[in-house]
Amino acid sequence: MTTTIKLSAKLKGGVADIKSLMLHPMETGSRTDPDTGNIIPTHHITQLVFTNNGKEIMVANFSTAVSKNPFFGFSFEGGKAGDTVKARWVDNNGETDELETQLV
Amino acid sequence: MNNTRRMILKGGLALLVLASLPRTIMAAVWPKKIFSSTTASEALKSLLGTDATTPSDRINLKVPEIAENGAVVPVSIDTSLENVESISIVVKNNPRPMAATFEIPPGTLPKIASRIKMGETSDVMAVIKTSNGIYSATSEVKVTIGGCGG
Repeated sequence: MTTTIKLSAKLKGGVADIKSLMLHPMETGSRTDPDTGNIIPTHHITQLVFTNNGKEIMVANFSTAVSKNPFFGFSFEGGKAGDTVKARWVDNNGETDELETQLV
Repeated sequence: MNNTRRMILKGGLALLVLASLPRTIMAAVWPKKIFSSTTASEALKSLLGTDATTPSDRINLKVPEIAENGAVVPVSIDTSLENVESISIVVKNNPRPMAATFEIPPGTLPKIASRIKMGETSDVMAVIKTSNGIYSATSEVKVTIGGCGG
């Protein structure tokens, strides 16, 4: 299965900068389908969790007000080259995806 | 080995595996209530127990002055405040003001960047909870075309 996540983890002077981009419609549940006239149900990432070598380093809780195809960036200390950074998202339908990358 | 013994052993093993699962697989529960709050005050009280925040110039809230497209408004927040526990983005005039909230464990910098939807021109507030209290910084974003769709 192709991944929905783009993840970059780069060390800069002792700080690891993480950038992630996720493919997801982030439907608010208030849009109407122009063809059918039906409300498009809400469908959005609810939570995005990052770990470094298994240790939780960020938990992002999203509402429907986060933009479609969410971008999220943050930074942490104490990472070393070769560490495994993992991003995992869950949405309100119970769908999920995750991706790992090495800290460089 | 008889079947009952086998079942008990298997069950015991399963329990052991479950108990030793890294904490990360069971992430914090998504705070549904704060995201369905219809006022900023209600959302903050739900999340932090209070809607009282101390404005702080040690919070750097970066948002555009004018957002042509309310569906994609970049927001970045960082701060020199210490012992930050969480950072939240509140869009006062959105139908549900709490846009996102981030849990910052020790070792992670109090700094985030994301993109949010804004329905109309509104104050955007960064709310930062530290071990010393709750602080905020507010900036108005003028929205040309609302981003909630419909």
